[in-house]
Amino acid sequence: MLIGLWVAWISFTQNPTEAFLFPRLISTIFLALSIWTFVAAWVKTSDVSSTISTAMWINILPGLIIGAICVFWMGKAFGFYTASTITVFSLISYYDPAPHRQISSWAKRILVTAGFIAVMYLLFAMLLGVFTPRETLFR
Amino acid sequence: MDFIYYFGEVFTFWSFGLLLLGTIFGLILGATPGLSPTMAVALAIPFTFKLEPAQGLILLGALYTSTVAGGAVSAILLKIPGAPANIATTLDGYTMAQKGEGARALQVSFLASLFGGVIGVLLLIFLTPILAQWALAFGPSESFWVAILGVTIIGTLGGGSVVKGLLAGCIGLWLSTIGFDDILGTQRFIFHSSLSGGINIIAALIGLFAIPQVISMFARGRQAHDLEVINVKPHSLIKSVREVFSSFRALGIGTTVGSIIGLIPGVGGQIAGLVAYDQSKNFSTNRKKFGKGHHEGVIAAESANNAMVGPSLVPLLTLSIPGSPTAAVLLGGLIIHGIFPGPNIFRDYPTVVWPFINSMLIGQVVMCIFGLAIAGYAARIARVPSHIMAAIVLTLAIFGSYSVQTSMNDVYVMMILGIGMYFLERYGYSAAPLVLGLILGPIAEGNFVEGSMIANAQNGIATYFLTGTLNLVLILMVIASISYSVWLELRSSKAGLAL
Repeated sequence: MLIGLWVAWISFTQNPTEAFLFPRLISTIFLALSIWTFVAAWVKTSDVSSTISTAMWINILPGLIIGAICVFWMGKAFGFYTASTITVFSLISYYDPAPHRQISSWAKRILVTAGFIAVMYLLFAMLLGVFTPRETLFR
Repeated sequence: MDFIYYFGEVFTFWSFGLLLLGTIFGLILGATPGLSPTMAVALAIPFTFKLEPAQGLILLGALYTSTVAGGAVSAILLKIPGAPANIATTLDGYTMAQKGEGARALQVSFLASLFGGVIGVLLLIFLTPILAQWALAFGPSESFWVAILGVTIIGTLGGGSVVKGLLAGCIGLWLSTIGFDDILGTQRFIFHSSLSGGINIIAALIGLFAIPQVISMFARGRQAHDLEVINVKPHSLIKSVREVFSSFRALGIGTTVGSIIGLIPGVGGQIAGLVAYDQSKNFSTNRKKFGKGHHEGVIAAESANNAMVGPSLVPLLTLSIPGSPTAAVLLGGLIIHGIFPGPNIFRDYPTVVWPFINSMLIGQVVMCIFGLAIAGYAARIARVPSHIMAAIVLTLAIFGSYSVQTSMNDVYVMMILGIGMYFLERYGYSAAPLVLGLILGPIAEGNFVEGSMIANAQNGIATYFLTGTLNLVLILMVIASISYSVWLELRSSKAGLAL
């Protein structure tokens, strides 16, 4: 509802009017529907039971943080291939149910990461010719 | 009969090679639980940038067709539908596999998919030009209402809450207005420099469909991977062919239901499979065998979800209204290649559209042949653990969204939209209406502004947009789609209370 209010406020206060004609139309409906949803949630006629449990948060957060670090910092700072290597290896290592004290499981993780990054390099750098940021390695 | 003229285009080295590649990858991706056809097509769009538009669309079309069919492999051998469209296949397919009839179930499934798919694409070939001819009568006001109808239909008929569906559509329409206004060049809703160019559709599609699935895989945590693939024993293909064509009732019901549901924008394959299964069961003389490993259940479900594919592209190509979420992603693929669907599509882009449609027809045969050949292997490849799949999809999403315009801003937008969509999905909002709002927003706004200019020179906006037979028909369709969904929701909530 707050986003709806914000969109409506900007649409109706900004100029020129012609440029905000369509946003005004949408924001009116957007606001009406968001108020409806808010009221429905308030009086509990709408299903709001699908909240995220603490256990789920604990599972999600490490992956989300690793992904966000890769996208918002490492990708540009280290280059896509280095950042992806670190990210894929971290994610696979963290979420792998295999015992973390086994050398064979670490070897498997390294192999999967190396194999996947090699395929990505082949696809994007060599086949598609996409020039991604390459600050540290893969110049 | 224009399509015959362009048939040869599909058999060039690159086109046919891409068709084969798309089919094989589609079968494997479709068989992979957690990778929906929509996400597979969204992730594949960046790979088509370097290709000719027709070739790019052939690849995407092959992926669309084969991911839907490939979903049956994991439904039968793993009891996990590869896509929502294959839910009904699990009911009898897995039981057949448990009884040692895995090969028979797979053969029956791919043959039924072939039959349904071919009929669906033939409908696409013959219905699209007729609808396109009809849509030529549309002016800016009618085109505006068609775009709004697209958002309301997919928002209300997609299942779940009507209000939440419409709200998601509104969010999509609003997101489409971010950036510079096309006519006056005014900045709108740019609260960060990364949004100055607006929201890129492909980056948004990748984020909205791929990132929520990645987060869902994270949510499972360190889950042990204990999926067991049922071993497939050889079975005579000729016997399966006889079985499929002797079950003409299930085949007919599946194909008819799938084709009709495909034509209704926004309904999708999941409903097609389930409705066809249910109707087939009702009309069958072997009703009691359904759910206990009866081949007719597999035939009805699989012919329906593949018959849906072709017709779901009819409103997409002629009116820019996708018939399914995957068709919405295909619309993004068309736009990125400079193809703007509409009534003139066959006049403006015949060298792209006809080879694409023809490839879908040939793709059905290729899909069936490869499906029968590699189904057993596909199920084994598809057993990639979810933590590895999450890392792969996340990396593909980052590279894919970056490669659209070689811009980090697109990667940021993809990630933020994707994370936001995961939480919206948790509260019952669907990505499909949001995506459609985002895609149809510029079409709706362009026609709204153009119509407003005409209206100002005539009798005013209200008269221009709210009168005229076609306008009234379209407005009634918008109201009817919303009213029907509200009625369905009220009925189901009453039934819930009664229970």
